[in-house]
Amino acid sequence: MSEPVISLRGVRAELGSRPVLRGIDLTVNRGEVVALLGANGSGKSTAVRSVIGQVPVASGEIELFGTPRARFRDWKRVGYVPQRTTAAGGVPATVTEVVSSGRLSRARFGMLRKADHEAVRHALELVGMADRAKDSVNALSGGQHQRVLIARALASEPDLLIMDEPMAGVDLASQEVLAATLREEVGKGRTVLLVLHELGPLEPLIDRAVVLRDGCVVHDGPPPKAVGQHALPGHDHVHPHEAADAAPIRTGLLS
Amino acid sequence: MEILNYAFMQRALLAAVLVGITAPAIGIYLVQRRQALMGDGIGHVAMTGVGLGFLLSWSPVWMATLVSVLGAVLMELIRWYGRTRGDIALAMLFYGGMAGGVMFINLSPGGSNANLTSYLFGSLSTVSEEDVTAICLLAAFVVLVTLGLRRQLFAVSQDEEFARVTGLPVRALNLLTAVTAAVTVTVAMRVVGLLLVSALMVVPVAAAQQLSRSFAATFAIAVAIGVTVTLGGTVTSYYQDVPPGATIVLLTIAAFVLLTALATPLAKRRAKAAGRPVGDPAECVLTESAEQTVPAGRGG
Repeated sequence: MSEPVISLRGVRAELGSRPVLRGIDLTVNRGEVVALLGANGSGKSTAVRSVIGQVPVASGEIELFGTPRARFRDWKRVGYVPQRTTAAGGVPATVTEVVSSGRLSRARFGMLRKADHEAVRHALELVGMADRAKDSVNALSGGQHQRVLIARALASEPDLLIMDEPMAGVDLASQEVLAATLREEVGKGRTVLLVLHELGPLEPLIDRAVVLRDGCVVHDGPPPKAVGQHALPGHDHVHPHEAADAAPIRTGLLS
Repeated sequence: MEILNYAFMQRALLAAVLVGITAPAIGIYLVQRRQALMGDGIGHVAMTGVGLGFLLSWSPVWMATLVSVLGAVLMELIRWYGRTRGDIALAMLFYGGMAGGVMFINLSPGGSNANLTSYLFGSLSTVSEEDVTAICLLAAFVVLVTLGLRRQLFAVSQDEEFARVTGLPVRALNLLTAVTAAVTVTVAMRVVGLLLVSALMVVPVAAAQQLSRSFAATFAIAVAIGVTVTLGGTVTSYYQDVPPGATIVLLTIAAFVLLTALATPLAKRRAKAAGRPVGDPAECVLTESAEQTVPAGRGG
């Protein structure tokens, strides 16, 4: 169980001249689901993007599957779901076309064979988007678009899933589909690193939470009991949690 | 058809078909990555190549290819490294290229801006046999790249960051796109002209988008539009004695307007068809969403 899939040791990174990561340690073991939490600007996205080589690292070591990241070439084992804003081209593309991109890491010379098309269709089924396969991605809602991006990451049948804020701007129905998809993937033994703003519907799946503040790890252990902003250091927790809180919010409009 | 009896028209028509194929074929990737005006910039840089060709008595087409490929690589490098001052560096490259062209052509013996005009706006009667050979070779390269690497180029143009994580050689593919765009500019230079090339890279793609939902269909329709307007424009240019480049570009824009007008009712019908709910919950289900948020704290 303690075979590290992602390992960061003393990683420092700067954006411009501003230090964003100030020496963080983070290990994700095989089969683990780890959530990276923190307020805006705490460095959680930068940490994830340093793992996949999108952010230059000033010092420290990063390993993927036991290989130093600079020498890591086995990208088909990694499925990446970027923040949703990055994937909008200027030309229409169908759901299948976008998801097929995710299969390129397994395709030789960019040629997709029957098994590859099969894998793309299967990935779409996993996120419940198979019926929209021929639709333009521009016609999708935010949540459906996110499901397509997750299918794209799953198309290469990766061992490790890295997701940057997969629940941001996602409608409730899609959130439930995503949670179910993730549960299924975790059941297959996939390793998952998630950047999250709040635990939300994914909470039951998460083995460990790492909380960042100002580029440093301030918590590494079981997920905090409270959710969202309540979990973050610096949150002024003044109201008591009582049983009454658990009842659905009544607006008073109908009662 | 009498038009085919003239050797110069045969050459011009062949060149026109190749331009009609190649310009939208690379243009679609430029539009996809929101660099629609890159072709225009390369066209400016290519002028220096034409001028140098005249000055050194070299083939202006090959010289323009060389210089515009170098210019395109430089533009790609500026995009990587010079984020903050990138636009100003590009402006200097564009206008330096144009000024260089004018300067070199006036320095060459007996040269004047008049020599440049046929390269700027295109001309049928001046497409030489040597030009046709060059155009065929260059067009073959463009087709090979844009079709052979379509999945890779699509992935990189759609989402560069994701493409890198799939292990694609993103920098090499970006450079290849830039070089291919530069080659296309010189393919189109003789027929459409350097200043109008970019229109043929962008407008057929924009027109095709009015009808299509997929990238593959956009590609096919854009090339079909490209070939139609370049052939139509060349023939019109012959019979009406009007400049080919301007005719082709105006036809392309007319095609865009026509397809947009046709597509509006089509889009409405599609929207109506897609209007039925597809498993999403109806809006304003207040109690359901409240139930979802509150028990989350007890889930673990």
